[in-house]
Amino acid sequence: MDDTVALRCTGLVKRYEDLVAVAGIDLEVRRGECFGLLGPNGAGKTTTVEILEGLTVPDEGMVEVLGARWGEGRDRAIRARLGVQLQETQLPDKLTVSETVRLFRSFYRHGRSADEAIGAVGLGEKRNARVGKLSGGQKQRLALACALVGDPELLFLDEPTTGLDPQARLAVWELVEGFRAAGGTVLLTTHSMEEAARLADRVAIMDHGRLIALDTPAALIAALGADQIVELELAAEFADSMLSALPGVHSAMRTSAGWTLAVRDIGAALPALLEALERQGARLHGLRTHEATLEDVFVTLTGRGLRDE
Amino acid sequence: MSERPHPLFELTRARLLEFVREPEAVFWVFVFPVLLALALGIAFRSRPQDTVRVAVVEDASAAALASALDAGAGIEARVVSPADAAEALRKGRVDLAVEAEGDAAPGALPRRLVCRFDPSRAESRLARLAVETALRRARGLDDGTAVRDEAVDTPGSRYIDFLIPGLVGLNLMGSGMYGVGFVLVVARTRKLLKRFAATPMRRSHYLLSYGLSRLVFLIVEVAAVVGAGWVLFGVAVRGSWLDLALISVLGAGSFVGLGLLIAARTKTIEAASGWMNLIQLPMWLLSGTFFSYERFPESVWPAIRALPLTALNDALRAVTNDGASLASAGVEIVVLLAWGAVSFAIALRIFRWQ
Repeated sequence: MDDTVALRCTGLVKRYEDLVAVAGIDLEVRRGECFGLLGPNGAGKTTTVEILEGLTVPDEGMVEVLGARWGEGRDRAIRARLGVQLQETQLPDKLTVSETVRLFRSFYRHGRSADEAIGAVGLGEKRNARVGKLSGGQKQRLALACALVGDPELLFLDEPTTGLDPQARLAVWELVEGFRAAGGTVLLTTHSMEEAARLADRVAIMDHGRLIALDTPAALIAALGADQIVELELAAEFADSMLSALPGVHSAMRTSAGWTLAVRDIGAALPALLEALERQGARLHGLRTHEATLEDVFVTLTGRGLRDE
Repeated sequence: MSERPHPLFELTRARLLEFVREPEAVFWVFVFPVLLALALGIAFRSRPQDTVRVAVVEDASAAALASALDAGAGIEARVVSPADAAEALRKGRVDLAVEAEGDAAPGALPRRLVCRFDPSRAESRLARLAVETALRRARGLDDGTAVRDEAVDTPGSRYIDFLIPGLVGLNLMGSGMYGVGFVLVVARTRKLLKRFAATPMRRSHYLLSYGLSRLVFLIVEVAAVVGAGWVLFGVAVRGSWLDLALISVLGAGSFVGLGLLIAARTKTIEAASGWMNLIQLPMWLLSGTFFSYERFPESVWPAIRALPLTALNDALRAVTNDGASLASAGVEIVVLLAWGAVSFAIALRIFRWQ
């Protein structure tokens, strides 16, 4: 195994009674990168991450973390080099911030001091506050302090900002960026394309237990073949070919409210589009344009939005 | 770099802090048993001499009858109307109601008497006998035997002496099972077990910290109940304190094992509560905490004695009340060890961290 790979898995499969949560996943996280696993709820992100963390045993497949495999007698040695933040962990309400971090610190042979970790996540003033009294954002930062207190080489973050307000999200993002700047490797799951675009060097898009795309955010967006998206709300019926044949339009896709067009040249496409609509006598209820994002990549690949259930 | 505290110490410390910061838990474990001992000790205290209460239904001979009864030892007689007598009897305010039958001469004792009482009440049967004796005495009849009463009220043979070791046992059962089983299931539902499993923490340290924190609380729990018994009612520990401590630790250990077993896979707090009640309720009733299990048919005693709480209560009583040695509680110790060892072994095998 070469030194440049922090994490590698091949052919991961995990089945539960009536559902295949992970249906054959291969991926490789390089040292020093932030790798984003993006997908809607229920795509299998958490199961995948928990297999990589050695918390869930896969039915099939191989996992190699920092050059070692789970279940070969070196689990504790691997864990000593990982930092983990799980989705929905509720730390004990009755302990204080500093008691909690001290407890986690005691599990690691090497690491920073509890005070240092608390300071790093900006909870210094809340050191003696009970965990139960913290806000959602503060709790998430405490979870990060617990994940960072062992000075990990590889940090797993499972939906680290879900349910946080914008300011708290920003604080978490800055922490992750700080960890990266110091040479750390991050595996991040999220269903926020904004988060993936900001933090991740490479993104894997996951749906129904499979990876459906894997590249840098810029390359994924470029693969759309268009950098602008036009969303139309209208009731009239068109043939796909009519819309996608318009000048500057790369592709057209039916959505529940109307149509979504991937557009190469917005200056050419918009006038032609409006003229076409007028010619058909179609009544337009709404029109929005934005720069293409990872969300559009997901919609294009699956025909659904990231937040659709 | 900071000095790294030992994880087992930190885990135990966290358990202790979490517990003492939960006022309800502190009340149920430390205060409630003492209050229970106090209430039961007062309700069932040994009275110097039990008096029986007799209602005399009013008629011409009632006054003479009442004064004859009052003169008897341990009888408290009151003259009341027929309706009041019936009500007092029904509500247990009197043990017995007496009424003259047929014509009675005013001021003379009646020739015939009706006694009304519930024959299933021991006090009523006692009152019936006391009334008869008092009337024989009043008529100058005596069987000629001189009897002298001697009260036996030495510490060690009273109800409270029986009760205190039982409360210690009961408390060790409740706190052991809830303190471990319940808390572990809560930690699982909050995904804390999984979070700890993701660290290099030794899993044995985590489970051991529960045992150690129980050990710390056990000292306080046992001391609170035994101390209250001693200060309030003079219940003395006649055997060795070391034996008492050892038996308490063994008993606590077997209930920690059971708590661990319940928590090994249980995913919800409701399910855990159900299991706890299923296991604890029979022992509340059968294991001789509030009354001796010898009231149950003799054929079921062996089964009752095989229950951990029975074994614990019997061993605690042997040491506290009888001053027995540890060796004489050998069977009970084996029962406790067996429950502890088997439940621990199974629990550790099937324990789930998620």
